[in-house]
Amino acid sequence: MIKSLHYGVVILLTAMSGIVNSADWKQFRGNDANSVAVGESLPTELSGDTIAWKAPLPGRGLSGPIIVGNKVFVSASSGYTQDRLHVICIDAATGDSAWERQFNATGRTMTHEKMSNATPTMASDGERVLAFFSSNDLICLNMAGELQWFRGLGSEFPNASNSLGMSSSPIIVGSTVVVQVESDAEAFACGVDMNSGETIWQLERPRAANWTSPSLFPATSDQPALVLLQSSKGLTAVDPATGKVVWNFDKGASTIPSATVSDGTIVIPSNGLTVIRPSGDNFEQLWNSAGLSPSTPSPVVIDGRAFVLNNAGVLSAGDIKTGERAWQLRLRGSFSSTPIAAGGYLYAFNEAGNAFVIKPEPDKGIIVSELDLAETILCSPGASNGALYVRSDKHLFKLAKQP
Amino acid sequence: MTCGFRKCGAFPALMFVALQFGCICLRADEISNAVTTLQSAQPAGKGSVELRAAVKTLSGGGEKAMLPVLTGFKTASPLAANWLRNAFEAVVSVEAGAKRSLPAATLEAFITDSSQSPIARRLAYETLKTQTPGIKGKLIPGMLLDPSAEFRRDAVALLIEEATKTDAAGVSTPLLQKALSGAVHEDQVKTIAEALKKNGETINIQRHFGFIPQWSIVGPFDNKGGKGFATAFTPESETADGKSIDGNVEYDGQLGKVQWKSLATEDDFGVFDIAKQIENYKGSLMYARTQWSSSKDQNAEVRLGTPNAWKLWVNGKLVFEREEYHRSVQMDQYTVPVSLKAGENTIMLKVCQNEQEQEWAQRYQFQLRICDNSGSAILPQTTTAQSEVKSGATR
Repeated sequence: MIKSLHYGVVILLTAMSGIVNSADWKQFRGNDANSVAVGESLPTELSGDTIAWKAPLPGRGLSGPIIVGNKVFVSASSGYTQDRLHVICIDAATGDSAWERQFNATGRTMTHEKMSNATPTMASDGERVLAFFSSNDLICLNMAGELQWFRGLGSEFPNASNSLGMSSSPIIVGSTVVVQVESDAEAFACGVDMNSGETIWQLERPRAANWTSPSLFPATSDQPALVLLQSSKGLTAVDPATGKVVWNFDKGASTIPSATVSDGTIVIPSNGLTVIRPSGDNFEQLWNSAGLSPSTPSPVVIDGRAFVLNNAGVLSAGDIKTGERAWQLRLRGSFSSTPIAAGGYLYAFNEAGNAFVIKPEPDKGIIVSELDLAETILCSPGASNGALYVRSDKHLFKLAKQP
Repeated sequence: MTCGFRKCGAFPALMFVALQFGCICLRADEISNAVTTLQSAQPAGKGSVELRAAVKTLSGGGEKAMLPVLTGFKTASPLAANWLRNAFEAVVSVEAGAKRSLPAATLEAFITDSSQSPIARRLAYETLKTQTPGIKGKLIPGMLLDPSAEFRRDAVALLIEEATKTDAAGVSTPLLQKALSGAVHEDQVKTIAEALKKNGETINIQRHFGFIPQWSIVGPFDNKGGKGFATAFTPESETADGKSIDGNVEYDGQLGKVQWKSLATEDDFGVFDIAKQIENYKGSLMYARTQWSSSKDQNAEVRLGTPNAWKLWVNGKLVFEREEYHRSVQMDQYTVPVSLKAGENTIMLKVCQNEQEQEWAQRYQFQLRICDNSGSAILPQTTTAQSEVKSGATR
């Protein structure tokens, strides 16, 4: 009873630690890092008319937009060596620039030509925004663009880099931001105090290239929230406040798509797809399906179905209880972007800039509408207040129902 | 002039009003102290409260704060420079909000002072350009040999653009040659070289970038299972001891006795291809050494490109090591700051190949050059860097 009360207080304090607005989209794959826009009703008939605005962006970037209140934040990098870092704040209503702040990278900026220094998606606790870059520069600004702290993790740990680029996005839990900085030469994860920018804990990680992002296992009545750190070795559940390892799934996992959490289970890109159910300091494996194998996009779960996109642009739907494949739908092109789910629909963007709205039925998937944005899109979109936000190298788009 | 209400409780509100309506009342020592605070920014997030306060202070400093903040970059670490940058942007933002013009003459003088921080000068330039777009045409043509790689790039681009407007080789060749003199980026040098080639001119790209073509090489030594990376084979321990190379000495290599041999590369970008010029011994490593003659004691950058794991020594001191295999290769992939002494400097590289079988994991190569922090070559006193032994195969 006392234990339950304790965790109830922790949940409450966690919820109060930032200004939480359910319509916000505060980090990579959304507030719960599961790509589900709860309560959102997005336009299902996409067309040129649903492009509410299109704002120009400097440089390059694969990072997704985040939305806090009436502001959209996105990062970019520019310059011959991508060493100029941009943090951009845009008015969600008009698409006008509210402010922009720039910095100079302190770590290595080299990436594969498909990636850019601005690949990790920003994060926010509602009061501050964090921008993280492939150069491992972690920058915290308040909502007015005033620098709160700056961590040059690339200069503090000069071997923790990857010549192909780093892509892991930060995740904020309570007053701690957790980042994974993992490469062949040096690898660690750390929890950084959102208030001071100082390291609270640091965890040695498997020395291997890794492009996945931390996931969130939300707090329950008898356990505080856990951060899930994925790597080629598997998935490690960590207490975000202390860095203490709670349990470890060691059957290996992908180094590109990240795990997602749904209804008390964790869907891991491991040997295809593997689903486990954590309980206390352990977990139980529910199923594994080699037939559901995500490529770059992370899996998404809604309405009892797990969805994955493979290298050929085929969307597969599997039963979340058994892993049995229900149907497949061939989309078009290659996908780097993780789809998001809202109002019973999936929204997927291919690399050529084609947006697909998909209605999953029990026995098939139906493409409801398409829109060609005609620009390369590699980021995962965000959703807030009835609008979908997605960025290319050149522009940030807002897609919304016509007023 | 100071504000008499500074110590009263109304100060924050009045400061807000001041910032909104442009009441600039910071003393010079307050600006100086805030700049000093930002210059002393420490890694690991230390002192963020004080740093934030300093930015807040400076943000209301108006025109008076601009130059002190910009000059503060000169002695600031890269981390501290980012705090200064945020302060400068905050000042500019407040000034723009108050619809005050930028101090154009002050900024222009700062931009043209090449002794100042390249980052700060570029920041001042980009800021001033928003108010005075014509500043580009006025300043950039004179920045071909600037310490700032960004300014050089702009100046080179202008010359390339001018050269491409004419088909007359007699007109374009001098423009392209002039552009080359300032070019520090691979893409621009390639563009210039291609255009000059069409005009019947050839350029020595290898020398332009300062790649080292001449190496003494010994190997292979055992790197099965990646264990050789951490193993100090005899050439490594000898270099650490400051010993010179003896081409007659034999070492126990991976496949038998090996000796130092001299090899060179003629590749434009200084790529020494071990797999082609020697052999792609899987699970092996090589040592490559050269003598580089410096005209003076100086700080420089070693810029290295390799898809293999590596260690680098300068004058017997290990300056960086990296155990990563086949995650791409690029010119200037790694930048290592070094101190060179006047006279001969020994540069030694350990290059390791692993046992991956994939087609994309077969490269065994390196390219290394010495340059300043703009990327402009620093050439050795002698014509080329010297290997220390006679020419020939390594085994």
